[in-house]
Amino acid sequence: MSKKVIITCINCPMGCEVELTVENEKIISIEGNRCPAGKEYVKEEYYNPTRILTTTMRVKNGVLPVIPVKSSKPIPKNKLKEAMIKTAEKEIEAPIRINEVLIENIVDTEADIVASRSLDKNL
Amino acid sequence: MQKYNYDLAVIGGGPAGLGAALKAYDEGIEDIVILERDFELGGILQQCIHNGFGLHYFNEELTGPEYAERFIDKVNACGIDKFLNTMVLNLEKNKKIIAVNSKMGVFAVNAKSIILAMGCRERTRENISIPGDRPSGVITAGTAQRYVNMEGYMPGREVVILGSGDIGLIMARRMHLEGADVKAVIEINPFSSGLTRNVVQCLDDFDIPLKLNQTITKINGRERIESVEVSKVDNNFDPVPDSTYSIKCDTLLLSIGLIPENELSEQLSIKIDKKTNGPVVNEARETSADGVFACGNVLHVHDLVDWVTKESEIAAGYSVKYINNNYNIKEKNIEIIHGKNVAYSVPQKLDVFNDKSDVEVYLRCRKPKKNVEIRFVDNNRNVLFKKSERYIKPGEMINIKLSSEVIDSIKSESIKIDIIPGGKNE
Repeated sequence: MSKKVIITCINCPMGCEVELTVENEKIISIEGNRCPAGKEYVKEEYYNPTRILTTTMRVKNGVLPVIPVKSSKPIPKNKLKEAMIKTAEKEIEAPIRINEVLIENIVDTEADIVASRSLDKNL
Repeated sequence: MQKYNYDLAVIGGGPAGLGAALKAYDEGIEDIVILERDFELGGILQQCIHNGFGLHYFNEELTGPEYAERFIDKVNACGIDKFLNTMVLNLEKNKKIIAVNSKMGVFAVNAKSIILAMGCRERTRENISIPGDRPSGVITAGTAQRYVNMEGYMPGREVVILGSGDIGLIMARRMHLEGADVKAVIEINPFSSGLTRNVVQCLDDFDIPLKLNQTITKINGRERIESVEVSKVDNNFDPVPDSTYSIKCDTLLLSIGLIPENELSEQLSIKIDKKTNGPVVNEARETSADGVFACGNVLHVHDLVDWVTKESEIAAGYSVKYINNNYNIKEKNIEIIHGKNVAYSVPQKLDVFNDKSDVEVYLRCRKPKKNVEIRFVDNNRNVLFKKSERYIKPGEMINIKLSSEVIDSIKSESIKIDIIPGGKNE
């Protein structure tokens, strides 16, 4: 049985609504993209949707009580919630340097959670 | 009162102020001061922890704080002076600035040139007169963003968001990721003004409903907000009778527009453009006050910080010429008229300079359209410049570069910008 899946391509402002026909979890046709980059994007997005995670982590003795952090590369969309919880469980001590690795290999994604800014110690 | 003298004073230490100060420094100005009300430089970028910044300027995808830190590090390395936790109270004639902070009290700064980079504020509930009770729990989306991303507070747990511009969309995702139940994003228009990417990655990803053609018609709650009443609207944005439904919530975030912060500009009687709510400027981004320039969100609301930086460099470049007595205008004073589907343009006029440089015009369309041509014509309908665009939206600013040859070729007292159907049909 084939099914139709619609994915909005986000590569450019056109925002083409691309229709995929899927059978047995395999894409058998792609329609509605106005460029080849769109085709590649929706394939990736269907088989393996990933997102960069950006959030904050609690800080001890810093000029701010939280520091903005991000995943060093995109992680599977279905791991975002787990990654948020793991990040929330940790508290890091100031001073912190931008790009410092705060959690390695977050929830087995091979991505690290890194600092998005430098944060000074609170004097 | 203590007085300080500088060549250049920059009011605001966000991306516009940082870019302007650094450009002026690069062009040889040594006495520069940045006046910033927050405890650190970076402005609004410090609370914009999501990514998407710098794609054009750095060719990288950065978060707001990362983008800011690139400029802050350079400002610190250059030894540009900064007064933090400092509020500018008054702008007086002769470019005298009155400011205050708790360490120095009230003091004055005299500058040869001033660059206004104060950014913008958010439209509030009171601005649009939402009827009902006045409980707590009703805040602007940017305020919520500051609370969550810098102060470490969760503003609430059951959230409704009014407005589907980028700030509303970004905060929908943020609140959801932090564990709140984001019940709906309500939008009065038949479309979201935010980037498609944000509608997909902030709402669709998390099954957060986007309710188009609707608005909030009442707020209920005794001490804390308890619910909102939502109604459908017609083509005139008037509520449709009997279409009202209720959503239970403890927090309402408002993402209903940004207003350039020009209280100080008005003290100098700087001419303000009603279309942008920012100063009327020429291509140098000079306001109607001599030697006072403007850039960034105080001039007009931007959607990408990359263009804020570019604009700050334009303003600073000409501010430096002004400081060096090298600010040479030819006789022309050309008005820019807005034709079909043009919401606004910056600059609003051209004072042609002797320096033979290109002119960057930033503009927005009124309505989304596919396959258009943007045309600049003179009084006699001669086409000075044209550019095709596949897809334009009000939420995405259009950049046009007019070469010095095009500028020199203008023989009329005004030019007109039109956005018309046509362009390539692919």
